[in-house]
Amino acid sequence: MKEGRPRSFYVLAIFFAAYVLFLYGPMIAIYVLSFQGPQGGLTFPMNGVSTYWLAKLFQGTGIIDLGASFRRSLLLGIIVMAVTVVLSVAAGMAFRRKFKAQSILFYSAIASLIVPSIITSLGISLEFRIIDDLIKAHWNENFETSMGLLTSGLGAHLTWTLPFGLLIMFAIFNRFDPRLEEAARDLGATPWQTFRYVVLPIILPSVIGIGLFGFTLSWDELARSSQAIGAVNTLPLDLQGLTTTVTNPDIYALGTIISAVSFAVITLALGTIHMLNKRQAAKGSDAGKGLV
Amino acid sequence: MDTSEDILQQGSPDLVRGSETRRAAKSARLSPSFISWLQAGPMMLVFLAFFLIPLVFVVIVSFWDYNEYQLLPAFSGRGYTDTFEGCIAQLPDLCTIAKTYLKTLKLCFLVWAITLFIGFWVAYFLAFHVKSKTWQMGLSLLCTIPFWTSNVIRMIAWIPLLGRNGLVNSGLMKTGLINQPVEWLLFSEFSVVLALVHLFTFFMVVPIFNSMIRIDKSLIEAAYDAGASGLQTLVNVIIPLAKPGIVIGSIFVITIVMGDFITIGVMGGQQIAAAGKIIETRVNALQFPAAAANAVILLVITFLIITMMSRIVDIKKEL
Repeated sequence: MKEGRPRSFYVLAIFFAAYVLFLYGPMIAIYVLSFQGPQGGLTFPMNGVSTYWLAKLFQGTGIIDLGASFRRSLLLGIIVMAVTVVLSVAAGMAFRRKFKAQSILFYSAIASLIVPSIITSLGISLEFRIIDDLIKAHWNENFETSMGLLTSGLGAHLTWTLPFGLLIMFAIFNRFDPRLEEAARDLGATPWQTFRYVVLPIILPSVIGIGLFGFTLSWDELARSSQAIGAVNTLPLDLQGLTTTVTNPDIYALGTIISAVSFAVITLALGTIHMLNKRQAAKGSDAGKGLV
Repeated sequence: MDTSEDILQQGSPDLVRGSETRRAAKSARLSPSFISWLQAGPMMLVFLAFFLIPLVFVVIVSFWDYNEYQLLPAFSGRGYTDTFEGCIAQLPDLCTIAKTYLKTLKLCFLVWAITLFIGFWVAYFLAFHVKSKTWQMGLSLLCTIPFWTSNVIRMIAWIPLLGRNGLVNSGLMKTGLINQPVEWLLFSEFSVVLALVHLFTFFMVVPIFNSMIRIDKSLIEAAYDAGASGLQTLVNVIIPLAKPGIVIGSIFVITIVMGDFITIGVMGGQQIAAAGKIIETRVNALQFPAAAANAVILLVITFLIITMMSRIVDIKKEL
């Protein structure tokens, strides 16, 4: 019956390959260009090969205080990741039963995902400005601001990462077998033990996926940070600031470093997920493979 | 009973210890609805504090007054009247806000059409032509990884290609097709659309792929057996069944482009006006009520578009 692949396969395979090239080609171009020689410019051809521009960033002689922004972004990313994982898993568990306000939470999450970031960002900045004004008027005249990286900034990032976390939890529990929990309960496990020793190990690979989304989305977040981060900058904000002024490969070097962190985190997460999946396959249930 | 207890004890000592403690009795007393609140409450609080209340503030502040340097908490329609300034006086010419929204809608439509085309065929290839699960996973991942990297970097990545002395221009000059570098490649509407497509086709691919993967393959075989051509199967079977994904992807792309100000700013050389950019400009001028009024207008228009689209499909059922 089968006569090899249809012609449409080859047409679409070429289309797909072109799309992947379109996705990665430009990125790879700037990674290469960040190794320009000291005399090199913003475009090809390469003018020698060196780590001059990368080194310049680390020496702090560049245009911005890279180190401080780097640490801020990293700290915020890690906190956002942790909070996203914990709140998403908890809320995901809640959605397995009916509870009041279920649809309010669901629609809040969807709305938070699709309401334009600039509006959310503006709203948070207005909220904190008004809080500041209230504090100044009623309690402390010298109060500066409650806006900051770990108040308004953290909140702004969570409005972006939590919907993804929740949707991933939905996907997990769509194909989760509730009989496993029933079995645990029948054996006398408490709800917490059921979660800790039965549910969590099974969903762990996807939970790491949530963490991956949490960190990378925060690490690269720009639109929501723009109005809500307060006085300090994160790395993407610094990078965006550079786009209008810079005329040499500094900006590519910075881009390469930011991407290097992203890729390190992606590799780490995917590696861990792969390892866990393999372990599950090896040591997991032998149900259905039995002798009977 | 004994055996199961034994197994538990070997597997994990604290499993058994835990079951004897008061914790078990205590959690048994918690009502299921209370537990649900404990589990879902924190996330609800985050959305309340950082999304719902801020939205309310946007609406409230849009009706406040302002001067050069501060907010004045008194009712005023100035945020709106300033925004719509000249819209009636200048008729039949369009006022600034109308022009800006028309331009934004045009960008939106272009990006939507292109991402839909690319997204549909990429998803189609992944769902129907890639047979092995491993390859499907690997190729999907290949499409997802850029989404986990920085948008700004993916924007500036076009500079070495499209710039005055970029690869495209120098390539075209070498082949003799043009004598002068083409200027409209970068910092133009072209580059804005290109970058938006580059960044956000992902949001089309994922939901369409999700819909397609759920299509029962036997339906397609049945269509072939009944004598349908490839095109007929596509139009009458696959597209209707993939419609939920198409609608969800479209909602994502349209709302992102409607509110975008960063891509349009960076790739348009800060020269192109757009709905999101007005808000940014007003905020930078510290005209918060005007910024908020623009945010409300944008929100209403976005909401109208989503309502129109969700008429076609029940989003909640599809997730």
